[in-house]
Amino acid sequence: MNIIINGQAENIAGENLSVAKLLALKNVEAPDMVSVQLGGEFVPRADFETAKLKENDTVDFLYFMGGGGGGGL
Amino acid sequence: MDFTDEQLERYSRHIILKNVGVEGQEKICRGRVLIIGAGGLGSPAALYLAAAGVGVIGLVDGDVVDRTNLQRQVIHFTPDLGLPKVESAAAKIRRLNPDVRVHTYHTLALAHNIAGLIKDYDFIIDATDNFPAKFLINDACVLGGKPFSHGGILRFDGQAMTYVPGAACYRCVFTAPPPKDLVPTCAQAGVLGAVAGMLGAIQAAEALKYLTGIGEMLTNRLLIFDALAMNFRTVKMRRNANCPLCGREPRITGLADEARPVCDLKNAKH
Repeated sequence: MNIIINGQAENIAGENLSVAKLLALKNVEAPDMVSVQLGGEFVPRADFETAKLKENDTVDFLYFMGGGGGGGL
Repeated sequence: MDFTDEQLERYSRHIILKNVGVEGQEKICRGRVLIIGAGGLGSPAALYLAAAGVGVIGLVDGDVVDRTNLQRQVIHFTPDLGLPKVESAAAKIRRLNPDVRVHTYHTLALAHNIAGLIKDYDFIIDATDNFPAKFLINDACVLGGKPFSHGGILRFDGQAMTYVPGAACYRCVFTAPPPKDLVPTCAQAGVLGAVAGMLGAIQAAEALKYLTGIGEMLTNRLLIFDALAMNFRTVKMRRNANCPLCGREPRITGLADEARPVCDLKNAKH
């Protein structure tokens, strides 16, 4: 299946692929630290297992970034 | 506003820009920007906004200058160790540009004071280093109808987005703070000092664009960069109908403090 992940065209083997499965395939270790946009819509975290990808979908993984160079960072 | 000859000279490289001109520089000089966090992002943002001649710069920070800050917080110098960051930063701003009025707030931004802090400012810069503060600034700005720039950095990466009323907010992207046990402790993560400079300068540019009304704000887009690859990308987005703050059925209608992580290098070393 051809999809665009984070701006890069990729071919991912498998059908009926869920967002959760894709995160695992892409070695995203902490899915709770990522917000997923699929075809321009944010996927609620509770729907990661049920939201499915289809041919030519665009997926973006947007990571939490909390630093601001203050006391600790 | 009548510029003196000295001011015309000081701001000449802005005034010569065709989109800015005398009119744009006047808007900058009448502008009021609040910077929350006088650290890695706040330092460069404050220096550029001061140099640009922003009329009033407010600085909010409850911390004092620590030796570990000096690797990236470029508004603080070695003799400033132990000084409140807002005082150290205010002193540099005044020396850089006496036209600028600086207001200092030596406090954390919290649910009980944030609405009062932001209310007299035209644009807010989130230069904080923790999620409770980032979500609080978003909520206060959305509920108060104030534009703001979000910035986050980690290791070699940075992200930024700008909110103006009507655009997607931080909670449209990141619904709620991540589980605390997954957030890398400050001491573990680290950050390349220059990455803070890159992002703080982006936030200052957004504030200046907002004040002058030029260009396209970084709204409905998340800018992501990776300084190791030196790759920049913007991801388009739109308002999230399920956003708990600005969606169709808002669940958040007031301000609250989230639990703050322990974020102290001295403790983390033990």
